[in-house]
Amino acid sequence: MTDLESRLTRLSTPGLRPPVLPDADVAYTLHDTPIGTMLLAISHGRVVASSFDDEETMTDRLARAVSPRVLRQPGPLDDVRRQLDEYLAGQRRAFELDVDLVLASPFQRLVLEDLPTHTSYGRTTTYGAVAGDIARPKAARAVGTALGANPVCVVLPCHRVIGANGALTGYAGGLDAKRFLLNLEAKS
Amino acid sequence: MRSTYVMALRLPPFQALIDAHWQDVARLARALAGPDDGDDVAQRAWEKAYAAYPALTSAKNLRSWLLTITARCATDVHRARKPQRPLDEAPPVAVDGPETADWPDPDLWRAVNDLPERQRFAITLKYVGDLDHHGVAAALDTTPAASRRLVSDALATLRTKLGVHDD
Repeated sequence: MTDLESRLTRLSTPGLRPPVLPDADVAYTLHDTPIGTMLLAISHGRVVASSFDDEETMTDRLARAVSPRVLRQPGPLDDVRRQLDEYLAGQRRAFELDVDLVLASPFQRLVLEDLPTHTSYGRTTTYGAVAGDIARPKAARAVGTALGANPVCVVLPCHRVIGANGALTGYAGGLDAKRFLLNLEAKS
Repeated sequence: MRSTYVMALRLPPFQALIDAHWQDVARLARALAGPDDGDDVAQRAWEKAYAAYPALTSAKNLRSWLLTITARCATDVHRARKPQRPLDEAPPVAVDGPETADWPDPDLWRAVNDLPERQRFAITLKYVGDLDHHGVAAALDTTPAASRRLVSDALATLRTKLGVHDD
């Protein structure tokens, strides 16, 4: 490349501005919480993700499952963030949010959909009990896997489900996060 | 008999395109349309791309797809302005003025700006946009051979204007 050509490649002006786009089909934001950074996403007014997974993984999944028009737009998530912060500060016991389990399989939906009614604030239940609640008493292990894949963590309280022997077993956000949430609910 | 393969098209999240390419689009738009219209051209290009995105039939070369849209938007702006701007009036890129003092390489800006439109677009797409001649040709609705000619004519003019003899 000649000197003139490399001068051309550097031709620029300062103060470039990123674009501003209309409301996304899927709007998401990264939200810092006491239990780690969470990716929150909303589509047509319904929460589609509240996850500890990384940005690239989650936005790829949302692009495939909902629409490729996925944008980082914090505005549409203001209410979700507010409710989550209140909950994590011990000032809220239930979420008033519409959830869309578009990232879940049919069986995961069966397990996750009614979690707020099958569990209660400040109490734990077991994988076996949840399996019984959905009329699949032998599916405790599958229930555990479905809960582990919860795309809408905290809002759908999979952290309230523990092993029959009292072991916390596992959590997408790590066992420390699960312990934090259970302690929070026990205190508040 | 031809068989048809239906492949599930996996488009990346639009935000990934913005993160990867917004600076390239902004830089190209300013080089094509000047600093006054450039930001407007970039914004319009992103709106068009966003509207068209879900219907895309290929996820290949998304960068050159974006730069092509940018070039078309710059052409539209340029054509829309033309009737109000006689040939001998001020050029579309205003390179003189206090706000340009901190621009790198004002002499080059001025010389590029004085090129005929097609040459200016071709050379900008090639070097600022970093497209190959196929990409330039696609953006300008022409052939790679024509793109090559436009770029080499433009380089020759710039060399004379700027007094550089580096090859």
